[in-house]
Amino acid sequence: MSDFATLSDAFASRELWQIIALSLSVSLSATALAALMGLPLGAALAIWRFPGRAPIVFAANALFGLPPVVVGLALYLLLSHSGPFGFFDLLFTPEAMVLAQTALALPIVTALAHRAAAERWSEYGDALMDLGASRPRAVPTLIAMARIHMLTAVLAGFGRTVSEVGAIIIVGGNIAAYTRTMTTAIVLETSKGDLPLALGLGMVLIGLSVTISAVAFAVAGRSSW
Amino acid sequence: MCRLWCCLVAVVAFCANAQAADAPPPPTIVLASTTSVDNSGLLAAILPEFTKTTGITVRVLALGTGQALDTARRGDADIVLVHDPEAERKFIDEGYGVNQRQIAWNDFIVVGPGADPAHIAGSHDAVAAFTAIATAKASFVSRGDRSGTNALELRLWKRTGVDPKSGAGSWYKDIGGGMGAALNAAAGMPAYTLSDRGTWLSFKNKGPLKIVVEGDAALINRYDVIELNPQKHAGAKLAPAHWLAEWLSTKPGQDAIGAFRLGGEELFHPSAANPK
Repeated sequence: MSDFATLSDAFASRELWQIIALSLSVSLSATALAALMGLPLGAALAIWRFPGRAPIVFAANALFGLPPVVVGLALYLLLSHSGPFGFFDLLFTPEAMVLAQTALALPIVTALAHRAAAERWSEYGDALMDLGASRPRAVPTLIAMARIHMLTAVLAGFGRTVSEVGAIIIVGGNIAAYTRTMTTAIVLETSKGDLPLALGLGMVLIGLSVTISAVAFAVAGRSSW
Repeated sequence: MCRLWCCLVAVVAFCANAQAADAPPPPTIVLASTTSVDNSGLLAAILPEFTKTTGITVRVLALGTGQALDTARRGDADIVLVHDPEAERKFIDEGYGVNQRQIAWNDFIVVGPGADPAHIAGSHDAVAAFTAIATAKASFVSRGDRSGTNALELRLWKRTGVDPKSGAGSWYKDIGGGMGAALNAAAGMPAYTLSDRGTWLSFKNKGPLKIVVEGDAALINRYDVIELNPQKHAGAKLAPAHWLAEWLSTKPGQDAIGAFRLGGEELFHPSAANPK
């Protein structure tokens, strides 16, 4: 019971709500950026045939399993003050964490968007072109036609970002009240041996991520597709 | 084309605005510190006072000493608070650090399973205890992460004449992790490990572990603050970092360190006036 008390203490503190807010804002920002780039890119890859298309599609699929810790390390070296982009002063900031998670989510969103768009394009592409749509105009059309699959792509990207710790702990530094998220707080509490609190935070994180997915599907489900 | 220009103007205006807003910067510095002073709650307890008197916000990176010094070497921290005399000397000799000051001390302890397979409980001799652990081939967890604690552990092994790597794969378990990870591992196996007292006292998953060796002069743990050399770190925020070093090593900071209690114990003994 005393373990439960620690978690309820955590809930009563402003710190936990700050951590939750930062987790969500970093992961949602990264997901939004990845969606803004990945959905049109995925659709474009389905519509245009050009040399180099297949390698890009292959790369997007292959990078599903991009190791977060490697992304974090590479970004750390780029953003370090002794690295090429040190003058941006981005290391150990929430912005750096958004960059890292965007890099992780982008291949997933792109590959899944491409898969969905390619299916629709093979079915309706000719019809669209006959109706006089230009290829650039077909990009938003395809995204709209396959929107439930596009939503799945975006949620897969969100799942990737909200759950990862390897990249953000390196480029964010797990600084209290500044770059500490749910996942880095779980790592920290585990290292302090407070396993019940770490587990409790884990449950909160899972709850949040499930809620967001459910809300997204409920909203998408209401609009007809 | 017009829209492109609008975008450009907006971006330039935004940057200029950001610069103007930066003009009287509310200073924020990055302190690369060892994990023990952060995980034990010391920094969270004392830094708000510093921020209140000076307006300087301190962002704490809790790292092992080796990693903390490397972070400062790369120019990614403004000041360091660490506890490995040898690594610190190297850092200063290489020209990265200046003005090293001891701010507090406490001690290291050897913790191990209550069953005590190496029969060392109650000893005050760390080297003899390590020898007994190696002889008994009792499980020992090493941090293996170039932290201050790891450096002391390796110095102790050197004094025993035992090469712990000879036990790699069997009794000597190099886990390559922080103090908390090492204690979690030692509690789970169970195994002996070397810990700083601060992390041990605040650690909540002790399991079967108990303190087995303490009170050896070889186990003293000194915390030093080191400022960065302006010649090598032109970009660092050295002035506010200097204020932090001053504050930590003079009365207000020293009093705050001495007032910090964990479980009723004074965990860090202020020692700027009389370095140990």
